[in-house]
Amino acid sequence: MTITIASGKGGTGKTTVSSNLTYYLSQYKNVVLADLDVEEPNSSLFIKAKKVNSKIANTMKPTWIEDDCKLCGKCAEVCNFNAILALPKGILTFPELCHSCYACSELCPTDSLPMKPSKIGEITEYKTDKFSFVEGRLDLGQEMAVPLIAQTIEYVNDRFPDALKLWDAPPGTSCPVIEASKNSDFVILITESTPFGLNDLTLAVETMRVLNKKFGVIINRYGIGDNKVEEYCQKENIPIITKIKNDKEVAKLYSQGELIYPKIEHFKNSIEEIAKFIEDLR
Amino acid sequence: MKEIVVISGKGGTGKTSISASFAYLEAKNAVVCDCDVDAANMHLLLDADFSHKEDFFSGEVAVIDEDKCTNCGDCYNVCRFDAITKKENYHEVNPIDCEGCWYCSRVCKHDAITMQTQKAGDLFISNIKNGGIMAHAKLGFAAENSGKLVAHVKKTGRSIAVKENKEYVITDGSPGIGCPVISSLSGANLVVLVTEATISGLHDLQRVYKLVKTFKIPAVCIINKYDLNIDMANKIENYLNEEDIKVIAKLSYDETFAKAMSEAKTIVEYNENSNIAQQIKNAWQNIKDIIKETK
Repeated sequence: MTITIASGKGGTGKTTVSSNLTYYLSQYKNVVLADLDVEEPNSSLFIKAKKVNSKIANTMKPTWIEDDCKLCGKCAEVCNFNAILALPKGILTFPELCHSCYACSELCPTDSLPMKPSKIGEITEYKTDKFSFVEGRLDLGQEMAVPLIAQTIEYVNDRFPDALKLWDAPPGTSCPVIEASKNSDFVILITESTPFGLNDLTLAVETMRVLNKKFGVIINRYGIGDNKVEEYCQKENIPIITKIKNDKEVAKLYSQGELIYPKIEHFKNSIEEIAKFIEDLR
Repeated sequence: MKEIVVISGKGGTGKTSISASFAYLEAKNAVVCDCDVDAANMHLLLDADFSHKEDFFSGEVAVIDEDKCTNCGDCYNVCRFDAITKKENYHEVNPIDCEGCWYCSRVCKHDAITMQTQKAGDLFISNIKNGGIMAHAKLGFAAENSGKLVAHVKKTGRSIAVKENKEYVITDGSPGIGCPVISSLSGANLVVLVTEATISGLHDLQRVYKLVKTFKIPAVCIINKYDLNIDMANKIENYLNEEDIKVIAKLSYDETFAKAMSEAKTIVEYNENSNIAQQIKNAWQNIKDIIKETK
């Protein structure tokens, strides 16, 4: 089973919940965590683990070979992303605009644009005593997170076919979070009880409905703003998995990169409720 | 006209509450852009009236005509995005996976595949509190091209600023380091980095600032929740010192952010005389002084 932990708004507690939940579940379960927030991966700050493997993540980009090229311009004509410019004396490629569709390369009559691997980031596998954890990390200046998210998921699925898989997703509602959710069995949306939290939750809910996903909500920093998130979930019949109390002590432990549930009872109760909810999903 | 972009790398650091405060303070003399199009929130604090709305089209998806499709599978063979599936009598495209590259439609021998332009979201221009104007957007559900929508919001905001002779464009950027942020940063005169005194606040600040540096845009920083972890706040300040980034405010951990939000107010109007409001006002004055010196 695969569970994505997502949120519309950033900073609502995805990483806090996913790292604590993974530790908790690993006491009695075969569980693996993947950090798919590849633009700003943070899980490794909270999980003390040993690096066991790392792998360069590539995407395939066209590279021009002058030899047989007739400069016919077909490559630029078929590229729908303006990633190729056919000049009178040569072909220019713009890898950061390329979506790796292969059209230019395969439709070239002289095979002058072979696809070659180009680094976009790294996939690193870590291990603690109890569980494994995999991080995708996008190189700075790379614009497209989606291919790296897809490759990180593939890596975990290959290496840990039997484990319960938790995905720590990127924030937002667009392509990266869709990639991190579309093949999961269940999506947990974490929000906070504020107007921003509610606004972004409604966007995330609509996205999950378009994707036809089953989902539930965790309300974090419960008690800080108003009750509108709770009212919304009740009205929409969305299960509230747990409510995590607003507590500065939680924020303090988080700020140091420490595990929270062993030290704060109400937080532990919430993690237990999430674990039980997951158990009941089967 | 000068453009100030507020970004944070990490989400939930107070970026939008702070940029909305700047927008409130400078409303008459600025155009505001909300470039967090994935999860836009600024309109909630600034009383936006959504007075102008237009559709934003971007990207295409392939559509297969069942009647013309002979089920030959050429489209399936060339698609690198697993967007095409074989049905009993024809092939079908899953619009969520389709990247809009046209490859399938180019190789189809039966002219069965057409490319259709997609609506990717809505663009709005609103009147806001204090007589200001804001350009903002809503990305379509499960839509792509948020980077392009960001660029569109910025272009709209800038052209209003030029037309209305405004002195500033204040932009609330998006989280992360990928295409929406890169799009938010283009053409900025000054970047305001908002971080928090947590281990992830520092980590994400360092990553996003490396990106800012490649654009050669000067930056200042606001450290939020600095008293949550004084050690971490010091580490952040050391880092900022090394990079020669001026700290223009250090805000204490304060539930005013959430309380003001619940009343749909910016921090500077919620309690004008509070220390936090005062610091944000000073920070804005500081930004105006610094930006005079920038090109």
